[in-house]
Amino acid sequence: MASKRFLYINRKAPHGTVYALESLEVVLIGAAFEQDVSLAFIDDGVYQLMRNQDTTAIGSKNFSPTYKALGDYDVSKIYVEQESLETRGLSKDDLMPLTYEDEDDDWAEKDSIHIVSGAELAEIIEQQDVILNF
Amino acid sequence: MAIQINGNTYETDEEGYLVNLSDWTEELATEMAKADGAVLDENHWEVINFLRDYYEEYQIAPAVRVLTKAVGKKLGKDKGTSKYLYELFPYGPAKQACKYAGLPKPTGCV
Repeated sequence: MASKRFLYINRKAPHGTVYALESLEVVLIGAAFEQDVSLAFIDDGVYQLMRNQDTTAIGSKNFSPTYKALGDYDVSKIYVEQESLETRGLSKDDLMPLTYEDEDDDWAEKDSIHIVSGAELAEIIEQQDVILNF
Repeated sequence: MAIQINGNTYETDEEGYLVNLSDWTEELATEMAKADGAVLDENHWEVINFLRDYYEEYQIAPAVRVLTKAVGKKLGKDKGTSKYLYELFPYGPAKQACKYAGLPKPTGCV
């Protein structure tokens, strides 16, 4: 079976609805089947990647450390929309560092997060076989 | 379902996975293994402890492919093979070892 290009688009804040966690679980399952997987974070979805999340007060599981496992699952294409960050007064430094080890480059540790403009993201979306919105 | 040790009862789901992660003790792991007819040696414990550390860090039980790669990196190349892990955990390394480690069933494991 030829692998398909999957893009998961994450648009919602991490807690309060189940979308972010569901998306993450589907991504991990999809990656286990060795598909070509990319993730995009736009609108309030950029909050999913915030550093130092603490869910103690709202009594829900803090699943944000799981994003750091994506590299182990060979998910290394994570796109965050520049405009969504700027609108919220955020920059890349507010996000968790996410990395992967490049098999073709002597396992060098590389950055998985790419900050892209809305226009660049449109091109990335254009290249996909399957797009899932969360 | 439940496991009983020394008068204490520990709740498990229908497949024998611990419901409350915080209930876990080495004694409980030994008891779970015994129910499967297995005896845990230091090689089993190495993988079980590795899984517990992995869960602590990432809040997830890794899929078997990820586990194999990560074990090879952490415990040595000779141990990061399906063969080695299946010999230790014949019911499937991710499934069986996660159970003994008190973790939920790995995501994506059907």
